[in-house]
Amino acid sequence: MSALQEEGRAAAAARNGRVVRALRIVLPVVVAIVATAAWELIVRLNDIQPYVLPGPIAVFTTLAGDWGVLWDSLLVTLLTTLEGFVAASIGGIALALLFNQSKALEYSLFPYAVVLQVTPVIAIAPLLLIYLPQQAAVVVCAWIVAFFPVLSNTTLGLNSVDRNLAGLFQLYGASPLQTLRYLKFPSALPYVLGGLRIAGGLSLIGAVVAEIAAGTAGAGSGLAYRIAESGYRLNIPRMFAALLLLSLAGIVIYALLALVSHLALRHWHESALGKES
Amino acid sequence: MGEALPELDTPVMGRAVRLRGVTKTYDNGVTALGPLDLDIGKSEFVSLLGPSGCGKSTALRLIAGLAAPTSGEVVVAHRAGEGRPGRGIGFVFQEPTLMPWTSVEENVRLPLKLAHVPAAESDQRVGEALERVGLADFSNSYPRELSGGMKMRVSLARALVTDPEILLLDEPFAALDEITRFRLNNDLLALWRNLNKTVVFVTHSVFESVYLSQRVIVMTARPGRISSEIRIEAEEPRSEAFRTSAGYADLCRKVSAALAPSYAGRSSL
Repeated sequence: MSALQEEGRAAAAARNGRVVRALRIVLPVVVAIVATAAWELIVRLNDIQPYVLPGPIAVFTTLAGDWGVLWDSLLVTLLTTLEGFVAASIGGIALALLFNQSKALEYSLFPYAVVLQVTPVIAIAPLLLIYLPQQAAVVVCAWIVAFFPVLSNTTLGLNSVDRNLAGLFQLYGASPLQTLRYLKFPSALPYVLGGLRIAGGLSLIGAVVAEIAAGTAGAGSGLAYRIAESGYRLNIPRMFAALLLLSLAGIVIYALLALVSHLALRHWHESALGKES
Repeated sequence: MGEALPELDTPVMGRAVRLRGVTKTYDNGVTALGPLDLDIGKSEFVSLLGPSGCGKSTALRLIAGLAAPTSGEVVVAHRAGEGRPGRGIGFVFQEPTLMPWTSVEENVRLPLKLAHVPAAESDQRVGEALERVGLADFSNSYPRELSGGMKMRVSLARALVTDPEILLLDEPFAALDEITRFRLNNDLLALWRNLNKTVVFVTHSVFESVYLSQRVIVMTARPGRISSEIRIEAEEPRSEAFRTSAGYADLCRKVSAALAPSYAGRSSL
Protein backbone atom coordinates (compact mmCIF):
# COMPACT_ATOMS: atom_id res chain seq x y z
CA MET A 1 0.00 0.00 0.00
CA SER A 2 2.56 2.51 1.17
CA ALA A 3 4.84 1.55 -1.70
CA LEU A 4 2.03 2.30 -4.07
CA GLN A 5 1.36 5.60 -2.36
CA GLU A 6 5.04 6.44 -2.57
CA GLU A 7 5.06 5.63 -6.25
CA GLY A 8 2.02 7.82 -6.70
CA ARG A 9 3.69 10.64 -4.87
CA ALA A 10 6.87 10.30 -6.96
CA ALA A 11 4.83 10.38 -10.15
CA ALA A 12 2.97 13.43 -8.88
CA ALA A 13 6.27 15.13 -8.08
CA ALA A 14 7.61 14.34 -11.55
CA ARG A 15 4.42 15.66 -13.11
CA ASN A 16 4.77 18.75 -10.94
CA GLY A 17 8.32 19.27 -12.19
CA ARG A 18 7.20 19.00 -15.82
CA VAL A 19 4.37 21.44 -15.22
CA VAL A 20 6.74 23.95 -13.62
CA ARG A 21 9.19 23.65 -16.54
CA ALA A 22 6.39 24.11 -19.07
CA LEU A 23 5.03 27.11 -17.17
CA ARG A 24 8.41 28.79 -17.27
CA ILE A 25 8.19 28.77 -21.07
CA VAL A 26 4.44 29.21 -21.51
CA LEU A 27 3.95 32.15 -19.14
CA PRO A 28 6.41 34.60 -20.76
CA VAL A 29 5.05 33.64 -24.19
CA VAL A 30 1.50 34.35 -22.98
CA VAL A 31 2.66 37.72 -21.65
CA ALA A 32 4.26 38.54 -25.02
CA ILE A 33 1.12 37.60 -26.94
CA VAL A 34 -1.19 39.53 -24.60
CA ALA A 35 1.06 42.62 -24.61
CA THR A 36 1.43 42.58 -28.41
CA ALA A 37 -2.31 42.16 -28.87
CA ALA A 38 -3.05 44.99 -26.43
CA TRP A 39 -0.54 47.20 -28.24
CA GLU A 40 -2.11 46.51 -31.63
CA LEU A 41 -5.59 47.02 -30.17
CA ILE A 42 -4.70 50.37 -28.60
CA VAL A 43 -3.13 51.59 -31.84
CA ARG A 44 -6.18 50.54 -33.88
CA LEU A 45 -8.89 51.71 -31.48
CA ASN A 46 -7.30 55.14 -31.04
CA ASP A 47 -6.32 55.37 -34.67
CA ILE A 48 -2.75 56.31 -33.74
CA GLN A 49 -0.59 57.22 -36.74
CA PRO A 50 2.49 55.05 -37.44
CA TYR A 51 4.84 58.07 -37.11
CA VAL A 52 3.58 58.45 -33.53
CA LEU A 53 3.29 54.81 -32.49
CA PRO A 54 3.30 51.97 -35.01
CA GLY A 55 1.45 48.80 -34.08
CA PRO A 56 3.31 45.49 -33.90
CA ILE A 57 1.97 44.42 -37.26
CA ALA A 58 3.40 47.57 -38.85
CA VAL A 59 6.73 46.88 -37.10
CA PHE A 60 6.88 43.32 -38.38
CA THR A 61 5.88 44.44 -41.86
CA THR A 62 8.72 46.96 -41.80
CA LEU A 63 11.11 44.35 -40.46
CA ALA A 64 10.24 42.10 -43.40
CA GLY A 65 10.17 44.93 -45.94
CA ASP A 66 13.46 46.54 -44.84
CA TRP A 67 15.10 43.19 -44.13
CA GLY A 68 17.93 43.79 -46.60
CA VAL A 69 19.03 47.08 -45.02
CA LEU A 70 18.45 45.96 -41.43
CA TRP A 71 20.23 42.62 -41.88
CA ASP A 72 23.32 44.35 -43.30
CA SER A 73 23.25 46.80 -40.39
CA LEU A 74 22.85 43.95 -37.90
CA LEU A 75 25.93 42.25 -39.34
CA VAL A 76 27.93 45.48 -39.00
CA THR A 77 26.90 45.91 -35.35
CA LEU A 78 27.51 42.25 -34.57
CA LEU A 79 30.98 42.42 -36.12
CA THR A 80 31.79 45.48 -34.00
CA THR A 81 30.43 43.71 -30.93
CA LEU A 82 32.50 40.64 -31.67
CA GLU A 83 35.68 42.68 -32.17
CA GLY A 84 35.05 44.57 -28.95
CA PHE A 85 34.26 41.35 -27.10
CA VAL A 86 37.37 39.54 -28.32
CA ALA A 87 39.54 42.55 -27.51
CA ALA A 88 37.92 42.85 -24.07
CA SER A 89 38.34 39.13 -23.33
CA ILE A 90 41.97 39.01 -24.38
CA GLY A 91 42.74 42.37 -22.77
CA GLY A 92 40.91 41.60 -19.52
CA ILE A 93 42.41 38.14 -19.09
CA ALA A 94 45.92 39.25 -20.09
CA LEU A 95 45.80 42.21 -17.73
CA ALA A 96 44.55 39.99 -14.88
CA LEU A 97 47.40 37.55 -15.51
CA LEU A 98 49.89 40.42 -15.46
CA PHE A 99 48.40 41.75 -12.22
CA ASN A 100 48.64 38.26 -10.76
CA GLN A 101 52.36 38.09 -11.57
CA SER A 102 53.20 41.53 -10.23
CA LYS A 103 51.49 43.24 -7.31
CA ALA A 104 53.29 46.49 -8.16
CA LEU A 105 51.73 46.48 -11.60
CA GLU A 106 48.31 45.77 -10.12
CA TYR A 107 48.58 48.61 -7.60
CA SER A 108 49.79 51.00 -10.33
CA LEU A 109 47.18 50.24 -12.96
CA PHE A 110 44.05 48.90 -11.30
CA PRO A 111 42.72 52.33 -10.23
CA TYR A 112 42.84 53.46 -13.86
CA ALA A 113 40.91 50.41 -14.95
CA VAL A 114 38.27 51.45 -12.42
CA VAL A 115 38.33 55.05 -13.73
CA LEU A 116 37.78 53.76 -17.25
CA GLN A 117 34.90 51.64 -15.99
CA VAL A 118 33.05 54.31 -13.99
CA THR A 119 33.31 57.06 -16.60
CA PRO A 120 30.13 56.78 -18.73
CA VAL A 121 31.13 55.50 -22.14
CA ILE A 122 28.57 57.78 -23.82
CA ALA A 123 30.71 60.68 -22.61
CA ILE A 124 33.97 59.15 -23.84
CA ALA A 125 32.62 58.16 -27.26
CA PRO A 126 32.57 61.66 -28.85
CA LEU A 127 36.23 62.16 -27.87
CA LEU A 128 37.24 58.82 -29.32
CA LEU A 129 35.41 59.71 -32.52
CA ILE A 130 37.56 62.81 -32.83
CA TYR A 131 40.88 60.99 -32.43
CA LEU A 132 40.15 57.64 -34.07
CA PRO A 133 38.67 56.49 -37.37
CA GLN A 134 35.03 55.71 -36.75
CA GLN A 135 35.21 51.92 -36.94
CA ALA A 136 38.18 51.87 -34.55
CA ALA A 137 36.42 54.26 -32.16
CA VAL A 138 33.36 52.03 -32.04
CA VAL A 139 35.43 48.94 -31.27
CA VAL A 140 37.36 50.82 -28.58
CA CYS A 141 34.05 51.85 -26.98
CA ALA A 142 32.88 48.25 -26.92
CA TRP A 143 36.21 47.27 -25.41
CA ILE A 144 36.11 49.94 -22.69
CA VAL A 145 32.68 48.85 -21.51
CA ALA A 146 33.32 45.13 -21.68
CA PHE A 147 36.87 44.58 -20.46
CA PHE A 148 36.36 45.49 -16.82
CA PRO A 149 34.11 42.59 -15.79
CA VAL A 150 36.56 40.20 -17.44
CA LEU A 151 39.50 41.81 -15.66
CA SER A 152 37.90 41.93 -12.24
CA ASN A 153 36.38 38.45 -12.44
CA THR A 154 39.60 36.87 -13.69
CA THR A 155 41.56 38.64 -10.95
CA LEU A 156 39.11 37.32 -8.37
CA GLY A 157 39.40 33.83 -9.84
CA LEU A 158 43.20 33.83 -9.87
CA ASN A 159 43.17 34.92 -6.23
CA SER A 160 40.73 32.18 -5.24
CA VAL A 161 43.16 29.30 -5.71
CA ASP A 162 43.00 26.70 -2.92
CA ARG A 163 45.94 27.37 -0.60
CA ASN A 164 46.72 23.74 -0.01
CA LEU A 165 46.70 22.97 -3.72
CA ALA A 166 49.09 25.87 -4.21
CA GLY A 167 51.28 24.33 -1.48
CA LEU A 168 51.16 21.02 -3.28
CA PHE A 169 52.37 22.62 -6.53
CA GLN A 170 55.17 24.26 -4.55
CA LEU A 171 56.08 20.93 -2.95
CA TYR A 172 56.42 19.26 -6.33
CA GLY A 173 58.54 22.10 -7.67
CA ALA A 174 56.02 23.31 -10.28
CA SER A 175 57.27 26.10 -12.55
CA PRO A 176 55.27 29.35 -12.66
CA LEU A 177 53.97 28.35 -16.08
CA GLN A 178 52.86 24.92 -14.84
CA THR A 179 51.16 26.51 -11.85
CA LEU A 180 49.34 28.89 -14.16
CA ARG A 181 48.29 26.20 -16.60
CA TYR A 182 47.35 23.37 -14.28
CA LEU A 183 46.21 25.26 -11.18
CA LYS A 184 45.44 28.94 -11.53
CA PHE A 185 43.69 28.93 -14.86
CA PRO A 186 41.36 25.99 -14.17
CA SER A 187 40.55 27.46 -10.72
CA ALA A 188 39.75 30.82 -12.28
CA LEU A 189 37.78 29.42 -15.22
CA PRO A 190 34.28 29.65 -13.67
CA TYR A 191 34.98 33.28 -12.73
CA VAL A 192 36.41 34.07 -16.17
CA LEU A 193 33.35 32.59 -17.86
CA GLY A 194 31.08 34.62 -15.58
CA GLY A 195 32.99 37.74 -16.62
CA LEU A 196 32.72 36.85 -20.30
CA ARG A 197 28.98 36.37 -19.98
CA ILE A 198 28.63 39.93 -18.69
CA ALA A 199 31.11 41.23 -21.26
CA GLY A 200 29.11 39.80 -24.18
CA GLY A 201 26.07 41.93 -23.44
CA LEU A 202 28.20 44.94 -22.51
CA SER A 203 30.17 44.92 -25.75
CA LEU A 204 26.89 45.11 -27.66
CA ILE A 205 25.93 48.09 -25.50
CA GLY A 206 29.34 49.69 -26.10
CA ALA A 207 29.03 49.22 -29.86
CA VAL A 208 25.52 50.71 -29.89
CA VAL A 209 26.51 53.67 -27.73
CA ALA A 210 29.41 54.53 -30.00
CA GLU A 211 27.28 54.22 -33.14
CA ILE A 212 24.65 56.52 -31.61
CA ALA A 213 27.35 59.01 -30.61
CA ALA A 214 28.76 58.92 -34.12
CA GLY A 215 25.21 59.52 -35.28
CA THR A 216 24.40 60.42 -38.84
CA ALA A 217 27.60 62.41 -39.05
CA GLY A 218 29.47 59.15 -39.19
CA ALA A 219 29.83 56.89 -42.17
CA GLY A 220 28.66 53.91 -40.16
CA SER A 221 25.81 51.63 -41.07
CA GLY A 222 25.21 49.67 -37.88
CA LEU A 223 21.81 49.05 -36.34
CA ALA A 224 22.13 51.90 -33.85
CA TYR A 225 23.01 54.18 -36.72
CA ARG A 226 19.83 52.98 -38.46
CA ILE A 227 17.82 53.82 -35.34
CA ALA A 228 19.27 57.33 -35.17
CA GLU A 229 18.78 57.85 -38.88
CA SER A 230 15.20 56.56 -38.82
CA GLY A 231 14.51 58.86 -35.89
CA TYR A 232 15.55 61.88 -37.88
CA ARG A 233 13.30 60.74 -40.73
CA LEU A 234 10.39 59.99 -38.39
CA ASN A 235 10.47 56.41 -39.69
CA ILE A 236 9.27 55.11 -36.32
CA PRO A 237 8.33 51.58 -37.47
CA ARG A 238 11.90 51.04 -38.65
CA MET A 239 13.22 52.29 -35.28
CA PHE A 240 11.13 49.64 -33.57
CA ALA A 241 12.21 46.98 -36.05
CA ALA A 242 15.91 47.81 -35.48
CA LEU A 243 15.35 47.83 -31.72
CA LEU A 244 13.76 44.39 -31.92
CA LEU A 245 16.76 43.05 -33.81
CA LEU A 246 19.15 44.54 -31.24
CA SER A 247 17.25 42.84 -28.40
CA LEU A 248 17.30 39.53 -30.22
CA ALA A 249 21.04 39.91 -30.88
CA GLY A 250 21.62 40.55 -27.16
CA ILE A 251 19.59 37.48 -26.18
CA VAL A 252 21.45 35.26 -28.66
CA ILE A 253 24.85 36.52 -27.43
CA TYR A 254 23.90 35.82 -23.82
CA ALA A 255 22.51 32.38 -24.65
CA LEU A 256 25.64 31.43 -26.61
CA LEU A 257 27.97 32.46 -23.80
CA ALA A 258 25.81 30.72 -21.20
CA LEU A 259 25.99 27.57 -23.32
CA VAL A 260 29.78 27.80 -23.64
CA SER A 261 30.05 28.28 -19.88
CA HIS A 262 27.81 25.29 -19.23
CA LEU A 263 29.74 23.04 -21.61
CA ALA A 264 33.09 24.04 -20.11
CA LEU A 265 32.02 23.49 -16.50
CA ARG A 266 29.43 20.73 -16.70
CA HIS A 267 31.72 18.02 -15.34
CA TRP A 268 32.74 19.62 -12.12
CA HIS A 269 31.46 23.05 -11.18
CA GLU A 270 28.46 23.49 -8.91
CA SER A 271 26.98 26.13 -11.18
CA ALA A 272 26.71 23.71 -14.09
CA LEU A 273 25.58 20.61 -12.20
CA GLY A 274 21.98 19.54 -11.99
CA LYS A 275 20.24 19.93 -8.65
CA GLU A 276 19.98 16.16 -8.26
CA SER A 277 23.63 15.16 -8.67
CA MET B 1 60.98 20.77 30.57
CA GLY B 2 63.28 23.76 30.44
CA GLU B 3 66.60 22.01 29.87
CA ALA B 4 67.66 20.95 26.43
CA LEU B 5 66.37 17.60 25.41
CA PRO B 6 68.93 14.84 25.14
CA GLU B 7 69.76 13.44 21.76
CA LEU B 8 66.80 11.33 20.86
CA ASP B 9 67.76 7.78 20.19
CA THR B 10 66.44 6.41 16.97
CA PRO B 11 66.41 2.68 16.79
CA VAL B 12 66.32 2.39 13.04
CA MET B 13 69.32 2.77 10.81
CA GLY B 14 69.78 6.28 9.52
CA ARG B 15 67.87 9.47 9.97
CA ALA B 16 65.17 10.71 7.63
CA VAL B 17 64.42 14.02 9.32
CA ARG B 18 66.40 16.11 11.75
CA LEU B 19 65.14 19.31 13.38
CA ARG B 20 67.52 21.36 15.55
CA GLY B 21 66.42 24.39 17.54
CA VAL B 22 63.67 25.03 15.03
CA THR B 23 61.31 27.93 15.74
CA LYS B 24 58.63 29.55 13.67
CA THR B 25 57.36 33.04 14.36
CA TYR B 26 54.67 34.46 12.12
CA ASP B 27 54.67 37.98 10.72
CA ASN B 28 52.13 39.03 13.33
CA GLY B 29 54.63 38.18 16.06
CA VAL B 30 52.99 34.98 17.23
CA THR B 31 55.48 32.25 17.96
CA ALA B 32 53.85 29.07 16.76
CA LEU B 33 56.60 26.61 17.32
CA GLY B 34 59.68 25.74 19.18
CA PRO B 35 62.38 25.59 19.84
CA LEU B 36 62.01 22.07 18.59
CA ASP B 37 64.55 19.26 18.41
CA LEU B 38 63.39 16.13 16.70
CA ASP B 39 64.91 13.16 14.96
CA ILE B 40 62.93 10.76 12.87
CA GLY B 41 64.54 7.56 11.70
CA LYS B 42 64.23 6.01 8.29
CA SER B 43 61.13 3.83 7.94
CA GLU B 44 59.85 5.00 11.29
CA PHE B 45 56.15 5.78 11.91
CA VAL B 46 55.99 8.82 14.18
CA SER B 47 52.93 10.74 15.35
CA LEU B 48 52.95 14.36 16.43
CA LEU B 49 50.17 14.67 18.98
CA GLY B 50 48.99 17.91 20.54
CA PRO B 51 46.14 20.33 21.03
CA SER B 52 44.93 22.26 18.02
CA GLY B 53 47.03 25.32 17.35
CA CYS B 54 50.13 23.81 18.94
CA GLY B 55 52.12 24.14 15.74
CA LYS B 56 52.24 20.48 14.81
CA SER B 57 50.97 21.27 11.33
CA THR B 58 53.55 24.03 11.12
CA ALA B 59 56.25 21.50 11.99
CA LEU B 60 55.03 19.30 9.16
CA ARG B 61 55.06 22.19 6.69
CA LEU B 62 58.63 23.00 7.76
CA ILE B 63 59.69 19.42 7.10
CA ALA B 64 57.98 19.54 3.70
CA GLY B 65 59.76 22.79 2.85
CA LEU B 66 56.43 24.58 2.40
CA ALA B 67 57.56 27.12 5.01
CA ALA B 68 60.97 28.23 6.21
CA PRO B 69 61.90 28.12 9.91
CA THR B 70 62.51 31.46 11.65
CA SER B 71 65.57 29.93 13.25
CA GLY B 72 67.20 26.54 13.56
CA GLU B 73 67.82 23.94 10.92
CA VAL B 74 65.66 21.41 9.14
CA VAL B 75 67.48 18.57 7.46
CA VAL B 76 65.56 16.09 5.39
CA ALA B 77 67.35 13.15 3.84
CA HIS B 78 66.38 13.01 0.21
CA ARG B 79 66.73 10.03 -1.92
CA ALA B 80 70.07 10.01 -3.65
CA GLY B 81 70.08 11.42 -7.15
CA GLU B 82 67.00 13.55 -6.69
CA GLY B 83 68.18 17.01 -5.97
CA ARG B 84 65.01 19.04 -6.11
CA PRO B 85 63.41 19.61 -2.74
CA GLY B 86 60.14 17.88 -2.09
CA ARG B 87 60.64 15.12 -4.60
CA GLY B 88 61.27 12.63 -1.84
CA ILE B 89 58.25 13.83 0.10
CA GLY B 90 54.58 13.01 -0.16
CA PHE B 91 52.12 15.26 1.64
CA VAL B 92 48.50 14.60 2.58
CA PHE B 93 46.47 17.54 3.85
CA GLN B 94 43.58 17.58 6.27
CA GLU B 95 41.23 18.06 3.34
CA PRO B 96 41.58 15.84 0.27
CA THR B 97 42.80 18.92 -1.69
CA LEU B 98 41.91 17.48 -5.08
CA MET B 99 41.50 19.45 -8.26
CA PRO B 100 37.72 19.33 -8.84
CA TRP B 101 38.02 20.06 -12.55
CA THR B 102 39.75 16.85 -13.48
CA SER B 103 39.44 13.11 -12.99
CA VAL B 104 40.81 10.97 -10.19
CA GLU B 105 43.47 9.65 -12.55
CA GLU B 106 44.67 13.11 -13.53
CA ASN B 107 44.70 14.20 -9.89
CA VAL B 108 46.99 11.32 -9.00
CA ARG B 109 49.12 11.98 -12.07
CA LEU B 110 49.77 15.60 -11.10
CA PRO B 111 53.13 15.17 -9.33
CA LEU B 112 54.43 13.12 -12.27
CA LYS B 113 53.15 15.61 -14.80
CA LEU B 114 54.87 18.45 -12.96
CA ALA B 115 58.08 16.43 -13.07
CA HIS B 116 57.69 15.76 -16.82
CA VAL B 117 57.55 11.98 -16.38
CA PRO B 118 56.82 10.37 -19.78
CA ALA B 119 53.21 9.32 -20.37
CA ALA B 120 53.82 5.58 -20.56
CA GLU B 121 55.65 5.50 -17.26
CA SER B 122 53.20 7.80 -15.51
CA ASP B 123 50.22 5.73 -16.74
CA GLN B 124 51.71 2.70 -15.09
CA ARG B 125 52.59 4.45 -11.84
CA VAL B 126 49.18 6.12 -11.56
CA GLY B 127 47.54 2.73 -12.14
CA GLU B 128 49.67 1.15 -9.41
CA ALA B 129 48.99 3.96 -6.94
CA LEU B 130 45.23 3.73 -7.49
CA GLU B 131 45.39 -0.06 -7.20
CA ARG B 132 47.20 0.32 -3.89
CA VAL B 133 44.42 2.44 -2.37
CA GLY B 134 41.68 0.28 -3.92
CA LEU B 135 40.36 2.86 -6.37
CA ALA B 136 41.41 1.33 -9.68
CA ASP B 137 37.77 1.28 -10.84
CA PHE B 138 37.31 4.98 -10.19
CA SER B 139 40.14 6.41 -12.27
CA ASN B 140 37.76 8.28 -14.58
CA SER B 141 35.46 9.61 -11.86
CA TYR B 142 35.46 13.20 -10.80
CA PRO B 143 36.25 14.02 -7.16
CA ARG B 144 32.69 15.25 -6.50
CA GLU B 145 31.40 11.77 -7.31
CA LEU B 146 33.41 10.20 -4.48
CA SER B 147 32.74 9.90 -0.76
CA GLY B 148 34.95 11.66 1.79
CA GLY B 149 36.91 8.49 2.49
CA MET B 150 37.47 7.78 -1.19
CA LYS B 151 38.67 11.34 -1.79
CA MET B 152 41.18 10.85 1.01
CA ARG B 153 42.36 7.65 -0.67
CA VAL B 154 42.90 9.59 -3.89
CA SER B 155 44.91 12.11 -1.93
CA LEU B 156 46.94 9.27 -0.47
CA ALA B 157 47.49 7.73 -3.91
CA ARG B 158 48.73 11.09 -5.18
CA ALA B 159 51.20 11.30 -2.29
CA LEU B 160 52.42 7.77 -3.05
CA VAL B 161 52.70 8.08 -6.81
CA THR B 162 56.17 9.63 -6.70
CA ASP B 163 57.30 6.78 -4.45
CA PRO B 164 58.51 9.25 -1.81
CA GLU B 165 60.90 8.35 0.96
CA ILE B 166 58.90 10.33 3.49
CA LEU B 167 55.15 10.57 3.86
CA LEU B 168 53.79 13.57 5.76
CA LEU B 169 50.16 13.41 6.85
CA ASP B 170 48.42 16.39 8.42
CA GLU B 171 45.36 15.13 10.33
CA PRO B 172 44.26 13.37 7.16
CA PHE B 173 41.35 11.43 8.65
CA ALA B 174 40.03 14.05 11.10
CA ALA B 175 36.97 14.89 9.02
CA LEU B 176 35.92 11.28 8.37
CA ASP B 177 33.43 9.16 10.25
CA GLU B 178 34.81 6.60 12.68
CA ILE B 179 34.26 3.46 10.60
CA THR B 180 35.95 5.04 7.56
CA ARG B 181 38.76 6.33 9.75
CA PHE B 182 39.44 2.88 11.22
CA ARG B 183 39.54 1.36 7.75
CA LEU B 184 41.90 4.02 6.47
CA ASN B 185 44.05 3.59 9.58
CA ASN B 186 44.44 -0.10 8.71
CA ASP B 187 45.10 0.69 5.06
CA LEU B 188 47.75 3.20 6.03
CA LEU B 189 49.44 0.67 8.31
CA ALA B 190 49.43 -1.90 5.52
CA LEU B 191 50.95 0.62 3.12
CA TRP B 192 53.62 1.53 5.64
CA ARG B 193 54.53 -2.14 6.22
CA ASN B 194 54.66 -2.92 2.50
CA LEU B 195 56.36 0.21 1.25
CA ASN B 196 58.82 0.82 4.05
CA LYS B 197 58.30 4.59 4.12
CA THR B 198 59.06 7.06 6.84
CA VAL B 199 55.72 8.40 8.05
CA VAL B 200 55.13 11.55 10.08
CA PHE B 201 51.52 11.68 11.15
CA VAL B 202 49.97 14.73 12.75
CA THR B 203 46.85 14.15 14.81
CA HIS B 204 44.98 15.36 17.86
CA SER B 205 43.55 11.92 18.52
CA VAL B 206 45.29 9.94 21.26
CA PHE B 207 43.68 6.73 20.05
CA GLU B 208 44.76 7.19 16.48
CA SER B 209 48.33 8.06 17.41
CA VAL B 210 48.70 5.02 19.64
CA TYR B 211 47.11 2.68 17.13
CA LEU B 212 49.30 3.75 14.25
CA SER B 213 52.70 4.80 15.42
CA GLN B 214 55.91 3.37 16.78
CA ARG B 215 56.56 6.59 18.62
CA VAL B 216 54.18 9.32 19.79
CA ILE B 217 55.65 12.80 20.20
CA VAL B 218 53.46 14.78 22.60
CA MET B 219 53.54 18.51 22.07
CA THR B 220 52.64 21.43 24.34
CA ALA B 221 50.22 24.21 23.55
CA ARG B 222 51.51 27.22 21.61
CA PRO B 223 54.34 27.72 21.17
CA GLY B 224 54.60 24.02 20.37
CA ARG B 225 57.41 22.15 22.04
CA ILE B 226 57.99 18.49 22.68
CA SER B 227 56.79 17.67 26.18
CA SER B 228 57.38 13.94 26.06
CA GLU B 229 57.65 11.00 23.77
CA ILE B 230 56.19 7.59 24.25
CA ARG B 231 57.31 4.49 22.44
CA ILE B 232 54.46 2.23 21.41
CA GLU B 233 55.52 -1.39 21.61
CA ALA B 234 52.98 -3.69 20.09
CA GLU B 235 52.88 -6.93 18.28
CA GLU B 236 53.17 -6.41 14.53
CA PRO B 237 51.24 -6.43 12.34
CA ARG B 238 48.70 -4.40 14.25
CA SER B 239 45.04 -5.03 13.59
CA GLU B 240 41.63 -4.51 15.10
CA ALA B 241 42.62 -6.98 17.81
CA PHE B 242 45.22 -4.49 19.01
CA ARG B 243 42.60 -1.74 19.10
CA THR B 244 40.56 -3.68 21.64
CA SER B 245 43.46 -5.09 23.70
CA ALA B 246 44.26 -4.14 27.28
CA GLY B 247 47.77 -3.09 26.23
CA TYR B 248 46.28 -0.56 23.82
CA ALA B 249 44.07 0.88 26.54
CA ASP B 250 47.06 1.20 28.89
CA LEU B 251 49.09 3.00 26.25
CA CYS B 252 46.21 5.33 25.48
CA ARG B 253 45.90 6.16 29.17
CA LYS B 254 49.63 6.84 29.35
CA VAL B 255 49.59 9.09 26.31
CA SER B 256 46.49 10.91 27.54
CA ALA B 257 48.23 11.57 30.85
CA ALA B 258 51.24 12.93 28.99
CA LEU B 259 49.01 15.14 26.90
CA ALA B 260 46.94 16.49 29.82
CA PRO B 261 49.39 19.27 30.82
CA SER B 262 49.22 20.61 27.26
CA TYR B 263 45.60 21.40 27.86
CA ALA B 264 46.17 22.81 31.37
CA GLY B 265 45.32 26.48 31.67
CA ARG B 266 42.80 26.24 28.86
CA SER B 267 39.21 26.75 29.77
CA SER B 268 37.67 23.33 29.51
CA LEU B 269 35.06 23.07 26.84
